[in-house]
Amino acid sequence: MTATAEKQKPAGDKAPGAVPTFTVTLKIQRFNPETDSEPHWESYQVTVHATDRVLDALHQIKWEQDGSLSFRRSCAHGVCGSDAMRINGKNRLACKTLVKDVNPDKPITVEPIKGLPVEKDLIVDMEPFFDAYREVMPFLITTGNEPTRERIQSQQDRDRFDDTTKCILCAACTTSCPVFWNDGQYFGPAAIVNAHRFIFDSRDEGGKQRLEVLNDKEGVWRCRTTFNCTEACPRGIEVTQAIQEVKRALLTSRF
Amino acid sequence: MTATSSETPRVDAVPVKHSRYRRVGASRGNFELWSWVFMRGSGILLLVLVFGHLFVNLMLGEGIHAVDFAFVGQKWSSPFWQVWDLLMLWLAELHGVNGVRTVINDYTEKNSTRWVLKALLFTSALLVMVLGTLVIFTFDPCIDPSSTLSVCSR
Ligand code: SF4
Ligand code: FES
Repeated sequence: MTATAEKQKPAGDKAPGAVPTFTVTLKIQRFNPETDSEPHWESYQVTVHATDRVLDALHQIKWEQDGSLSFRRSCAHGVCGSDAMRINGKNRLACKTLVKDVNPDKPITVEPIKGLPVEKDLIVDMEPFFDAYREVMPFLITTGNEPTRERIQSQQDRDRFDDTTKCILCAACTTSCPVFWNDGQYFGPAAIVNAHRFIFDSRDEGGKQRLEVLNDKEGVWRCRTTFNCTEACPRGIEVTQAIQEVKRALLTSRF
Repeated sequence: MTATSSETPRVDAVPVKHSRYRRVGASRGNFELWSWVFMRGSGILLLVLVFGHLFVNLMLGEGIHAVDFAFVGQKWSSPFWQVWDLLMLWLAELHGVNGVRTVINDYTEKNSTRWVLKALLFTSALLVMVLGTLVIFTFDPCIDPSSTLSVCSR
């Protein structure tokens, strides 16, 4: 990080150790449902620090240049999953992407995530995404009496589904999937990841039901192992592998 | 958000804005599972069948120079090669059709286009399989009465 920071000499000489700044162009896809019939591109110039994220650049535009720019963000630290967007053609969290890492020499394109209806600018309607999520019943299902203490689980059993517990439901994976883009009927990687989290939880007893849900015509069998989801996931979840594991569980439950 | 959820629930009704994004109800059944398994199974079998076919036809004996009408007639007079070729025909056709069916599902956006393309696909598959099967089992190497082929001199 310091290496690049040293190379880019600050424009006006400041105190030693100061973070260098540079100017970048952001090309943002804008859409106002009240006036536009089609989305269009608009470019903005901002001066950012080498430590700034794309989210900071968007803030700067919204706060200092064009207050009508709309996007979602909440935590600003990669936890809430509300600011997934397509930056330079790849789905990422704006709050986890440094401007200097996405080739600031050229205009940086920022679009809403694909495959979900755009409501305004970078905001999409997440309802279809959450519908699929709800369908896999992402909650603990048990039978019998509730234990008086916590449900004990070995470290090994916990590790079995550790990867898929990390999901923050940002939709970066689902909206990077070409099968989902087509007609939005595919359950999508995120729903499968969250089903996986419970299917392989030793404390849960609803695995069978969830497998049946994902055996749907639009379920796991539509996965073409494109790996776009694994590449898009800001949490580094092995999404495609999780999908394959659900496929295997379905097969072994049959044979 | 409210605008989309207050629209009519019927999907193929008026082309409401965004309607294609709405999730249509579930459709359970094991068809896709079996089709997935079939693709793997038939793929492996086809590897054996196709390479066996190529080896026998092109490399054994005189190799490619021996392939003519008599060669085919000779082969199809044996039930073993009839079954071999029949399996190859059916598996290859079904494997291919299932692949193209998937491509159609993945790339068409409207149910009507989907339906038309699949109807064409299945008709062509039926034609190829019926004709192919017919040829394999009714093939007569001695159709020419003056044939000098060894299979016909019996
Ligand atoms: S699996 Fe990863 S990309 Fe997909 S919704 Fe969860 S955190 Fe986002
Ligand atoms: S704003 Fe919460 S994840 Fe980016």
